[in-house]
Amino acid sequence: MATDPRESVLGEGDAVASGMPQLDPSSYPNQIFWLIIALVAIYFILSRVALPRIGAVLAERQGTITNDIAAAEELKLKASEAEKAYDKSLADARVEANRIVEENRAAQQADLNRAMERADAQIAEQLAESETRIAEIRDSATANVEQIARETAEALVNALGGEADSQRISRAVNDKMGGAA
Amino acid sequence: MAQHEAATIVDNGALHAGEIVAHEGGSGFNIHPMDQFIVQPLFSDGAVGMFTLTNAALWMLIVVLCTALLLVLGTRGRSVIPGRAQSVAELAYGFIYKMVEDVTGRDAVKYFPYIMTLFMFIVLANFLALIPMSFSPTSHIAVTAVLALIVFLGVTILGFVLNGASFLRLFWVSSAPLALRPILAIIELVSYFVRPVSHSIRLAGNIMAGHAVLKVFAGFAGALGIFSIVPILAITAIFALEVLVAFIQAYVFTILTCVYLKDALHPHH
Repeated sequence: MATDPRESVLGEGDAVASGMPQLDPSSYPNQIFWLIIALVAIYFILSRVALPRIGAVLAERQGTITNDIAAAEELKLKASEAEKAYDKSLADARVEANRIVEENRAAQQADLNRAMERADAQIAEQLAESETRIAEIRDSATANVEQIARETAEALVNALGGEADSQRISRAVNDKMGGAA
Repeated sequence: MAQHEAATIVDNGALHAGEIVAHEGGSGFNIHPMDQFIVQPLFSDGAVGMFTLTNAALWMLIVVLCTALLLVLGTRGRSVIPGRAQSVAELAYGFIYKMVEDVTGRDAVKYFPYIMTLFMFIVLANFLALIPMSFSPTSHIAVTAVLALIVFLGVTILGFVLNGASFLRLFWVSSAPLALRPILAIIELVSYFVRPVSHSIRLAGNIMAGHAVLKVFAGFAGALGIFSIVPILAITAIFALEVLVAFIQAYVFTILTCVYLKDALHPHH
């Protein structure tokens, strides 16, 4: 590398050798020729293969990203729908549960009421029966007392030597009893 | 006689790989930072003809090869989830595409392949030139001038084809006061024709200066013995800067191309 440059530059003369190789016009045609070759080659590589390919890749990526975002949006929508449905079913279940609880409570209340009524009726019935029997017992007791009083009165009258007039005794007993009653 | 003189200097140069020579004249260092830019044939010692395969040609062809490797081989998978090479290729594509779209406008997207061609050539040439012992095509004004002229002629022709004579209104600043307009027209016209000059010299100058500085410090490193650590550290720092410059110059060249192209598409201020 070191030998050739000095030679070629000095071949052009000392003025060029001491200055800049850039100002040596003898190399210009060569550089310009190869530059044009290189530029044309790069242009064809770019315009025929590289740029369309990279552009397509970028477009495809953009498309993929857009699609993915759309898909994600859709999934998000679905998820929120599912969440809504879940919430709704949860609320429904709660309402249903409340309804069932309420229903059961009402049914039990009704049962209870019915049982209470029945019990009340039974109690009232038994009360009435008891009252009847008590009245009967009382009546019979009164009758017994009357009988006993009459008999006692008759016995007393007989014992005192009187003629027991059963009708008068009865009347008297009735008067006394009625008065006492 | 010239041949003989050449031979002696060649011998000296060969001794120290063209970097440092203890000169007979007693000037101390004899560093040849510009030798790296010499265009020379690869397989012969003859003159550099138009079609000779030179080091410049070789590295431009390597640029083509690397473009193909990166943008074609790197994207052969066409994967939706890109690998490393495909990521870089997509990054370059997106970078330039967005630049064309933002700077020049949506209607300029059909010129995107041309601008991408310029960018890929310059950026890969700049980066490959950072490999030691390589050749930097973009450090040559012949190369950058052709690139700038392609842009200049392309933009100018496109401007006239798309807009006809009204393309000339680019130079007639209708928002300025009428009295100022002829003066502004001259300024605009001059600046328009200076564009390819600044466009090309900016790139070549930056690359050439950076590489020359690297060589100068490399020369110091060869001569200072134990203290060569200082220039080596400097080389490391400058090399990092050059990596940045390699990209920035490609970026600047491309974005200026977009700006010029905008004038052709929308010449009315």
